[in-house]
Amino acid sequence: MSFLLPCPNCGPRDVNEFAYQGEVTKRPTQSPTLRELSSYLYFRENVAGVQREWWYHRLGCQAWFQAERDTRTNEVLATELTEPVSGEGAPGPEATPALGENPTL
Amino acid sequence: MRLGPRPGERIDRSDEVTFTFRGKPVKAFGGDTIGSALFASGQRIFSRSFKYHRPRGLLCCSGHCPNCMMTVDGEPNVRVCVEQVREGARVKPQNVRWWLNWDLMAVTDKIGGPFTPVGFYYRTMIRPRRAWPLFERFLRSAAGLGRVDKHAGRKRRFDTENRHVDVLVIGGGRSGVEAARQAQIRGEDVVLVDEGPEPVERLGFLVLWPARAIGIYEGNLVPVEAGSTLVRFRAKHIVVATGALEQPLLFPGNDLVGVMLPGGARRMIELWSLRPGRRAVVLAGDDRALALAGELEAAGTEVVRVVDLRREQLREIEAWGRYGRLESVSLDGETIACDLLLASGARQPAYSLLAQAGARVEYDAKRGIFVPADLPDGIEAVGAVTGRVGRVAVTPATFNGASRTDKCFACICEDVTDKDMKRAIAEGFDSLELAKRYTTVTMGPCQGKLCHLPSIRLYARETETDEATIGTTTARPPWAPVSLGLLAGRPHEPAKRTSMHHRHKDLGARMMWTGAWRRPHSYGDPEAEAKVVHDSLGLIDVSTLGKLLVRGPDAAAFLERLYPNRFADLKVDRIRYGVLGTDGGRVMDDGTIARLDEELFYVTTTSTGANTVIEWFDWWNAVWGFGVETTNVTGALAAVNLAGPNSRELLGRLTDLDVSNEALKYLDAKRAQVAGVPCLVLRIGFVGELGYELHFPSPHAEHLWDTLLGEGADLGIRPFGLEAQRILRLEKQHILVGQDTDSESNPLEAGMPWLVKWEKDDFVGKWALEHVRERGPREQLVGFELAEGLGSVPAEGGQIVVDGKPGGRVTSARWSPQLGRPIGLAWVPSRLAHEGAEITIKMNGGFEQGRVRLKPFFDPDGGQLRS
Repeated sequence: MSFLLPCPNCGPRDVNEFAYQGEVTKRPTQSPTLRELSSYLYFRENVAGVQREWWYHRLGCQAWFQAERDTRTNEVLATELTEPVSGEGAPGPEATPALGENPTL
Repeated sequence: MRLGPRPGERIDRSDEVTFTFRGKPVKAFGGDTIGSALFASGQRIFSRSFKYHRPRGLLCCSGHCPNCMMTVDGEPNVRVCVEQVREGARVKPQNVRWWLNWDLMAVTDKIGGPFTPVGFYYRTMIRPRRAWPLFERFLRSAAGLGRVDKHAGRKRRFDTENRHVDVLVIGGGRSGVEAARQAQIRGEDVVLVDEGPEPVERLGFLVLWPARAIGIYEGNLVPVEAGSTLVRFRAKHIVVATGALEQPLLFPGNDLVGVMLPGGARRMIELWSLRPGRRAVVLAGDDRALALAGELEAAGTEVVRVVDLRREQLREIEAWGRYGRLESVSLDGETIACDLLLASGARQPAYSLLAQAGARVEYDAKRGIFVPADLPDGIEAVGAVTGRVGRVAVTPATFNGASRTDKCFACICEDVTDKDMKRAIAEGFDSLELAKRYTTVTMGPCQGKLCHLPSIRLYARETETDEATIGTTTARPPWAPVSLGLLAGRPHEPAKRTSMHHRHKDLGARMMWTGAWRRPHSYGDPEAEAKVVHDSLGLIDVSTLGKLLVRGPDAAAFLERLYPNRFADLKVDRIRYGVLGTDGGRVMDDGTIARLDEELFYVTTTSTGANTVIEWFDWWNAVWGFGVETTNVTGALAAVNLAGPNSRELLGRLTDLDVSNEALKYLDAKRAQVAGVPCLVLRIGFVGELGYELHFPSPHAEHLWDTLLGEGADLGIRPFGLEAQRILRLEKQHILVGQDTDSESNPLEAGMPWLVKWEKDDFVGKWALEHVRERGPREQLVGFELAEGLGSVPAEGGQIVVDGKPGGRVTSARWSPQLGRPIGLAWVPSRLAHEGAEITIKMNGGFEQGRVRLKPFFDPDGGQLRS
């Protein structure tokens, strides 16, 4: 891995400056079954293609953001910061990442 | 030895430089390399070969082959043919017993052949097994390259530099320079790197010389070795102009001193004005080599025979020598006396970097060379590397001598002969990649530059296929050997010091590492320090605690979702303990959370967990989109813990705050001036006695530390270190995350089920913990004590034996001076996790009986903390 990753705040930077947090997943809602829970905790789509994933600019601005990356070529199609949902109270437990569903999943 | 002054020579005869070789001074000129100066001084044998210790001399004069590797100023494996002379440099031969011209280990060449075929160390000397270490030691000392001086200090400092350019040109020959010039005319930012040894024509663009591109990586990343700096180039466009490499011919005696590549002899004449030999035979595979005959004559070398291998088909070539030096060569039976044999086959394009970048490599049967094809985007090849090498001879795999008395080397780096290769095939290593690993051909210091094509050709012949079918082995970085120091860069060992660090040193503290932090282990006597905390008053630096502010309208809701316990109902100015868990239900960190106002919380974390927790908070905040902001104030604030029965008295003397038990209760958080310093006063009791944590801006740390110690002198105050704190916390059975818990621990089994508030809708880890609750606890973290007066303490990680089998483990254990017995924490099976259960601990080479204690050993009801 030696590609450049465009940080939404800092622009293109060496990928070694970032921490990878894996695919964007969907957290289960109320009391999942053991199977649902295991699948959320341990199973990933691992697509050969474009996937939406979490990155953290650890050696830079220390922001979390999401990227769309082609896992075959490491081409990064887009990166964006997530938006705060609201200033009032907590979103529901079923809340998913602000950018919505991964189109490839 | 030196020729008269010639136009274009690189040496500066007015600049005399002296270095030592085996302790004796050698004179050289500026512009000389160590190799050229040694040759000028009469030295012909430059090294002893890897396995057979055969004498070897200059071959390529371009830093590719292994023949001139020596130890220079303690650095092994320096190719002296391209190493510039330095005044006072100390040069020594390597891999030699005695002396280059008389190497005791050369006996392996005379008798070793039949006994040490390729891969012999896989088959012989492996029995008896016990003797192998002995054999191995012998083999390792007998074979090999230079030795690393393990006791040498760090002599060079290596650095890394990152550069972004439009165009990076690799190779400074004609084509490379032209490509760089064109890019410059187009107005692009261009850098050219060249490994030498010839200097590069400079036409205004930036040239790094001598500098070696060691690979092409993803994203057009090209690391370049430029002296002691690794320059990581990131180029929009890469032009590869690495040229082509002369390939040696395979014939018996092809490694004798005096057998050279034509280009090597040319460089000797042109750069350093040296006469490469007296009587020369030239076996030319292309026009360049053919043209060398004239140059040799001009340099005073008698050229006795020139063979154009494209026209004249030789069947037999055999070189003869005495003491490893060439004396004659026989060509198809005709014997010619000579001391220089310039022999080369085709010039093979140096496609390795292109192949690393993803280019395909195909065999051009007509010319007998491999050429690159299908270059990836952003990569361009120019010049000879594309296969433009003119008309070249397609030579047979080997030229067998008539009598065949000497070895014929396919790989001079690793001393692999044609017989070794045949044997490998006979043994079933019928794929090139496998044979490479078995025979180690192409795996030596030249990285296949001089042996890849010849070995493929030999392989094709022996397996009765062709080169196109055999194909090439995978090209991998590094393209040339690099020192590990260059890859490692500048060594960093970051240490974090608290703002009271020098006070600890002045007090004679023994410092220890906790993560990247330096902390006082003790100030001499940890047990006495622990006792002082119980008896009067102790002071400990806890600045290393992670500290963060969580602020915003959703702050309470945010913490409520992160921690298993409640924070929405935490009153302003109150503190609550919290354990952070993952969605897998595992314990990841712990700390205290103080509510400073409705929308502001002050969160502390473990000393080593600060960064993890902050990233964790920010991530969930990004996932959920809460209206929360986190600020890391770990370094901005220092902190001390004032603990012991006299702590209230001392705090009262230094602040206007009402410190009475009614006004400042256990788990209260108040902001106040202490000794003139704005502090956050947290009444917490990690060590079990009445105590206060003071958090304050770190510039005031030494002042506050001094004031507390000074004003508390009559109250018996003493600083205490981490070791005393560990004894004290163990007496309270307070866990240390990461010490008493691991990545499998959950709060239900780690003795904290009371923390988990099931009635909450959701919190991180709730779903997993529900499943743990359902299945019931398997093992639990409990306190234990051993017999009173028992002198020794079980090891951390020590085994708990249940029914004669390992059933649990000790995670912490100390001798408690307060209780007069060893105490600790351990994971035990659930059926033993009840008060007073007998457990068996393996220690002292035997077993000791312990007793489970579920309540803190000291002050079980927390009366001291609340008093």
